[in-house]
Amino acid sequence: MATQQQQSAIKGAKVLMVGAGGIGCELLKTLALSGFEDIHIIDMDTIEVSNLNRQFLFRRSHVGQSKAKVARDAVLRFRPHINIKSYHANVKNPEFDVDFFKQFDVVLNGLDNLDARRHVNRLCLAAEVPLVESGTTGFLGQVTVHIKGKTECYECQTKPTPKTYPVCTITSTPTKFVHCIVWAKDLLFAKLFGDKNQDNDLNVRSNNSASSSKETEDVFERAEDEDIEQYARKIYDHVFGSNIEVALSNEETWKNRRRPRPIYSKEVLPESLTQQNGSIQNSSVTDGDATVSAMSSLGLKNPQELWGLTQNSLVFVEALKLFFAKRKKEIGHLTFDKDDQLAVEVVTAAANIRAESFGIPLHSLFEAKGIAGNIVHAVATTNAIVAGLIVIEAIKVLNKDADKFRMTYCLEHPSRKMLLMPIEPYEPNPSCYVCSETPLVLEINTQKSKLRDLVDKIVKAKLGMNLPLIMHGASLLYEVGDDLDDIMVANYNANLEKSLSELPSPIVNGSILTVEDLQQELSCKINVKHREEFDEEKEPEGMVLSGWTPSPATNGESASTSNNDDAVDVTEISTGSENASKKRRLTEIQPDDHKKEAENVDSGDDDIMEIENPMMVSKKKKRVA
Amino acid sequence: MDGEELTEQETALYDRQIRVWGANAQRRLTKAHILVSGIKGTVAEFCKNIVLAGVGSVTLMDDRLVKEEALNANFLIPPDESAYSGKTVAETCCDSLKDFNPMVLVSAEKGDLSTFGTDFFEKFDVVVIGYGSRATKKSVNEKCRELSKRVAFYTVDCRDSCGEIFVDLQNYKYTKKKLEETVECELNFPSFQEAISVPWKLIPRRTAKLYFAMRVIEVFEENEGRKHGECSLLDLATVLEIKKKLCEANSVSESHIPNSLLERLITGNIEFPPACAIVGGILAQEVIKAVSGKGDPLKNFFFFDGQDGKGVIEDISNSLAS
Repeated sequence: MATQQQQSAIKGAKVLMVGAGGIGCELLKTLALSGFEDIHIIDMDTIEVSNLNRQFLFRRSHVGQSKAKVARDAVLRFRPHINIKSYHANVKNPEFDVDFFKQFDVVLNGLDNLDARRHVNRLCLAAEVPLVESGTTGFLGQVTVHIKGKTECYECQTKPTPKTYPVCTITSTPTKFVHCIVWAKDLLFAKLFGDKNQDNDLNVRSNNSASSSKETEDVFERAEDEDIEQYARKIYDHVFGSNIEVALSNEETWKNRRRPRPIYSKEVLPESLTQQNGSIQNSSVTDGDATVSAMSSLGLKNPQELWGLTQNSLVFVEALKLFFAKRKKEIGHLTFDKDDQLAVEVVTAAANIRAESFGIPLHSLFEAKGIAGNIVHAVATTNAIVAGLIVIEAIKVLNKDADKFRMTYCLEHPSRKMLLMPIEPYEPNPSCYVCSETPLVLEINTQKSKLRDLVDKIVKAKLGMNLPLIMHGASLLYEVGDDLDDIMVANYNANLEKSLSELPSPIVNGSILTVEDLQQELSCKINVKHREEFDEEKEPEGMVLSGWTPSPATNGESASTSNNDDAVDVTEISTGSENASKKRRLTEIQPDDHKKEAENVDSGDDDIMEIENPMMVSKKKKRVA
Repeated sequence: MDGEELTEQETALYDRQIRVWGANAQRRLTKAHILVSGIKGTVAEFCKNIVLAGVGSVTLMDDRLVKEEALNANFLIPPDESAYSGKTVAETCCDSLKDFNPMVLVSAEKGDLSTFGTDFFEKFDVVVIGYGSRATKKSVNEKCRELSKRVAFYTVDCRDSCGEIFVDLQNYKYTKKKLEETVECELNFPSFQEAISVPWKLIPRRTAKLYFAMRVIEVFEENEGRKHGECSLLDLATVLEIKKKLCEANSVSESHIPNSLLERLITGNIEFPPACAIVGGILAQEVIKAVSGKGDPLKNFFFFDGQDGKGVIEDISNSLAS
């Protein structure tokens, strides 16, 4: 279908693909077939077995190699005369700066996390290069076009933050399996194998004595000569037994709740396990081997099987033993990783034992792994379809067919007969802090909060800046970079520990800060409002940023299912509701429609809500219109 | 289903998709045998998708010898003449597909599909005819329907940036999730012949124009004895004449089918790879649904037009007549 003019635009175009994963493999293939001849591709990842069911450019023999490079080689095999340049690197690296982005005619995203998407969005805005953004989960997908000044940018709409749970639900009153997973992963696993200096809410908050907290500290500490199995049983009895008893003693909690049952190892496990499996002595695995598995040493084969309390308890004790026997060096600096079999086993078993205690249905390791690892459902077909849609939009961008740009949804269930639903793109949000110049408002206690809090909690975590610089008037308070001399670094480090009002140029009520990221070429203004008190439960950060997120309640809790950005494989879609004032002009969709249909079109926002909700990471119920 | 478990290797490889459609559906997939004919761009995409999904076997049919133009949207054919010379399209694609997933049995079969007897189709659970003539679609569809077992029948056709999928699952029972419950459903599909015999004036006016345009091109190719895609702008007058006759016979106005659309369809002989990826993706999704017996299937036509970007389902069946 491509006309002569289109063909020459395609041939002459230089495109950047960010991501060589599920969407990326399909995209690279379709670009090459469509006649693109100069393609650059960035991806920091290496190939894993679970990629092979959809990332069709990769084979088993490529496991462990760079995705970008292998994808390039594979496509060159059927299109040998085109230019593909691969970068096995993080797109956030400083070498990919605005000048780097400026060389491209269009940037195509096939990313799996929010953080990188925001970063690329900012660079594209700064470099004034059009961006085609995409995402898929299961049978759902989406493609959007972002062009500075013409259409909304990726950050014009608030993205849903990862689902979080109230701390007390996790620590004391779980009602769903996911609560048990969060407890097992973020609290227990972190306590056992993570950084000992990290704050941890593992122990039940009880009203009585401070002495108990000292005791519990000791429980997790393993004495040099302590028998591993004894230690594992001690942990077991502590977290599933006595901790539950302590919680039960607080009658108030259980007035309207089902009381949990304390579980002790001697009730479920035989006196000594050592006789039954000599796995640790016999196995030939070496220290630090990530292939150690409690399942295999216990002879459990099927990860989809549902284990009972006894099996989970056996797995828990065995996995703990294996960690101490085989991976001792890693203890103290481990974080949960969904590809770490032993870690998944500990978390599954612990979550199930806790679930049993609280009368919550148990789950298989396969399911638990999906929940704990925020594994995104992915199939080849949706990626292929989405990649096709990206190329169609990219061709329109190259031909400057602005009237024809579409945001397209790929649906599982048809809406108005459509499985692929194109919609006119939104206009830029005039109050977007990324693509407009609207200032943000920060409420903060300027006397108590340190500059470090501002940098960590706001500038990095919320504004997503990579190499930030903070200015107050003409005074430079903080910056990050390779080219700073030692005196400056010392100065900035000293500033970090000062409260805002004690800084060389004091930040007080009414101060206006300029926060910049030189790499992203993003600059925004923050109006500071001093506030004395913050609600500990609702505003645990001790500061509130507005103009950035509409509801402070969404970022209020500390325990979260996801610190891991992989959770988001989808370009989160804006919710139509908050934008009722600027409806998409849906009339374009059905040009030959009668009036009757036009009425439906007007109420189209409801349709959009229905489509969008399932694409969010948290499984919200569909809104019934 | 028998209770055979997926192997550890299968569970690891198919992890992400089992999370979408479940282990049961995956087991059914590994037992499904699929016949595919006419391997141009869209069908190549389809084959890639189902081989990755892990079906039991894929049998390819396409006796055309590989020529330069076959390479266009078909990434299964390496551009190296020494690799494909003297080989058929099916044989060449077979070699590439095997490589995508060693757990799937891929083979090539020779012959003309329309001459095969009913028993040939009995070996398959799914039959897909790519870029077939109207006569082939009809006759293979009828043979599949004569069998006592249910063979899921599909046709797919792409021209310019447009694509069409037809689905016949005969009497089809399946399950779907409704809120938290799993409910049983049943649908009756018309055959290809029955569907295209539905008088046009009974079909709602808002139906995709492509449906009618594709029927015109089919009749043109049949009347003129052309192979799929053997047409050019020179044929426009003949095509418009056929359109006129069909519209008259169906008592609908000629404005039903825009001339510009017909012109696109007869001139767009070079496949548009993004459309191939999209239509091949939708088709694979439908085949996976039909094999696993899960989820609402597409009934019974799907149309994609790269120009407006819409992917639309149309139900064209005898029920319109009642």
